[in-house]
Amino acid sequence: MSKNVIELHNIKRDFLVGDETVHALRGISFCITEGEFVTIMGTSGSGKSTLLNTLGCLDTPTSGEYLLDGISVRSMSKPQRAVLRNRKIGFVFQNYNLLPKTTAIENVELPLMYNPEVSAAERRRRSIEALKAVGLGDRLEHKSNQMSGGQMQRVAIARALVNNPAVILADEATGNLDTRTSFEILVLFQKLHAEGRTIIFVTHNPDIAQYSSRNIRLRDGHVVEDTYNQNIMSASKTLSELPKNDDD
Amino acid sequence: MNGTNLLKIALRALSNNKMRAFLTMLGIIIGVASVITMIAIGQGSKKSIQEQISEMGSNIIMIHPGGDRRGGVRLDASEMQTLKLEDYQALREECIYLSGISPNVSASGQLISGNNNYPSSISGVGQDYLSIRQLNIEDGEMFTAADIQSSAKVCIIGKTIVDNLFPNGKEPIGQVIRFNQVPFRVIGVLESKGYNSMGQDQDDIVLAPYTTVMKRLLAVTYLQGIFASALSEDMTDYATAEITEILRRQHKLKESDEDDFDIRSQQELSNMLNTTTDLMTTLLACIAGISLVVGGIGIMNIMYVSVTERTKEIGLRMSVGARGIDILAQFLIEAILISITGGLIGVIVGCGASFAVKWIAHWPIFIQPWSVVLSFAVCTITGVFFGWYPAKKAADLDPIEALRYE
Repeated sequence: MSKNVIELHNIKRDFLVGDETVHALRGISFCITEGEFVTIMGTSGSGKSTLLNTLGCLDTPTSGEYLLDGISVRSMSKPQRAVLRNRKIGFVFQNYNLLPKTTAIENVELPLMYNPEVSAAERRRRSIEALKAVGLGDRLEHKSNQMSGGQMQRVAIARALVNNPAVILADEATGNLDTRTSFEILVLFQKLHAEGRTIIFVTHNPDIAQYSSRNIRLRDGHVVEDTYNQNIMSASKTLSELPKNDDD
Repeated sequence: MNGTNLLKIALRALSNNKMRAFLTMLGIIIGVASVITMIAIGQGSKKSIQEQISEMGSNIIMIHPGGDRRGGVRLDASEMQTLKLEDYQALREECIYLSGISPNVSASGQLISGNNNYPSSISGVGQDYLSIRQLNIEDGEMFTAADIQSSAKVCIIGKTIVDNLFPNGKEPIGQVIRFNQVPFRVIGVLESKGYNSMGQDQDDIVLAPYTTVMKRLLAVTYLQGIFASALSEDMTDYATAEITEILRRQHKLKESDEDDFDIRSQQELSNMLNTTTDLMTTLLACIAGISLVVGGIGIMNIMYVSVTERTKEIGLRMSVGARGIDILAQFLIEAILISITGGLIGVIVGCGASFAVKWIAHWPIFIQPWSVVLSFAVCTITGVFFGWYPAKKAADLDPIEALRYE
């Protein structure tokens, strides 16, 4: 039995907007074990962003218990959570969030810069490795403004991989990409999944759920559906069936 | 996060915005450069005034009889007869802080040579007088100890006297000039010193052995004054104290008695002039300091804009594990790098500008090492001080808000 990477026990998160209290999460409980590829879906306002922020240790729940890799997050201070993010979590954002005018390798090195245990040589070695893993081994010195959206997202994924995190959190990672590139990224995620990585993919696109191993659906701060996908579709197969672009 | 990484990150951020970093630096550059230049100008004029004073003999000590009182009436110094030759001899033998000492007696009257005459005064002095007043013999020679011993009727004259008594270019050495019916043979001519800063003609001077003036001209046994020079300007105070002690003993003054002599040094004059130039330096430095502060505010302004502009970047850094203190350190280092680089360039520009002033305007310039250190330190502190607030603002950002910032 593989271990639980994420354990949520009755997570609640309230926001105070003016005089009103908004209940973004109204008691969420689930566990994610190592090696799962989970999609979290829901319409806007369903609380998925809040859940993602909580999972990413950017936010702390109002009540409930969150264990990340066995560590209780709720009672942690801000700097402690920053260190936890640095060691356990890799983020992939919808808009890539690469540093402007900075080369691919420098972008990937970023998380390791904040880890004093990693030497400069080690940092570079691991960054090159991560970039090779996402298929950008030949674009190490390209600057972020010299790359396409798909390439930028690959750099972002490499950046999420470089610290060897317990979980990769992707927030609408294909939202800004065209269909073809989206599938290329999905292929990459499936490859990482196959390598045994734990991936949480937040999206509002229902199609993506077919390529993951598990799907959690949120509505109004509750989990309304939590199903394991017995029939995982292959993204590379879908990609090969897509009509070729004219400019390819 | 270690220091090297922080430095790398800050350097990269600055090099991404070279023009902006340079323009921000410009404020600091101008500030530091103007502080250094202004202080260099102020100190330069102070130094040149000091040099003028020391040309007159900065370590001169003048002793006059004084403080004497008969029946409540204060007497003029020249009427007092308390300063004797024995006092001079005692000082000459005992003082260790003096490099030279000379008695001074003077008589005024008309100088006559052939059919030319000129009103002047003749100073009876010792051999040390030349070194005390920093006078040099241009032609001829100084009178000897034997001349003093024998009260020889010889004299040394200044350029003004030469011009007035020998207007047609006649060689003055060996000529005889008469002073109040006493003939003096000219044995030397002094190098011209021009007017001093008080407007006195320093070349209107006739020097003769003091014994001659005392015996043959004035027929007195007392001295009008004693000139001495301390070993150096700093020693003036010690020398003054030493002279006071010896003279009090010589004059057998009781503990409760006032000094019956008066000691003055050039230091008083130089102190007064220094106060004036120091005031000027302070004013100049204040004006320059203001520009340094304005430069600092420039840093704060740019850093503030930079934090706002890079909110998303800050959010990203936080999401990949930067702690608040890492962000704080990054922006603080950026501010300090700007101010230190600006400070260094400012030091170079300031020194360059100082020399430019020297060459172009011919103003006296003296670059004070402490002004360089001071302005550099101030600009570093400025960087920390004005960089702190924007850096703190960046560090306190909420990563979720920062990531969402557009």
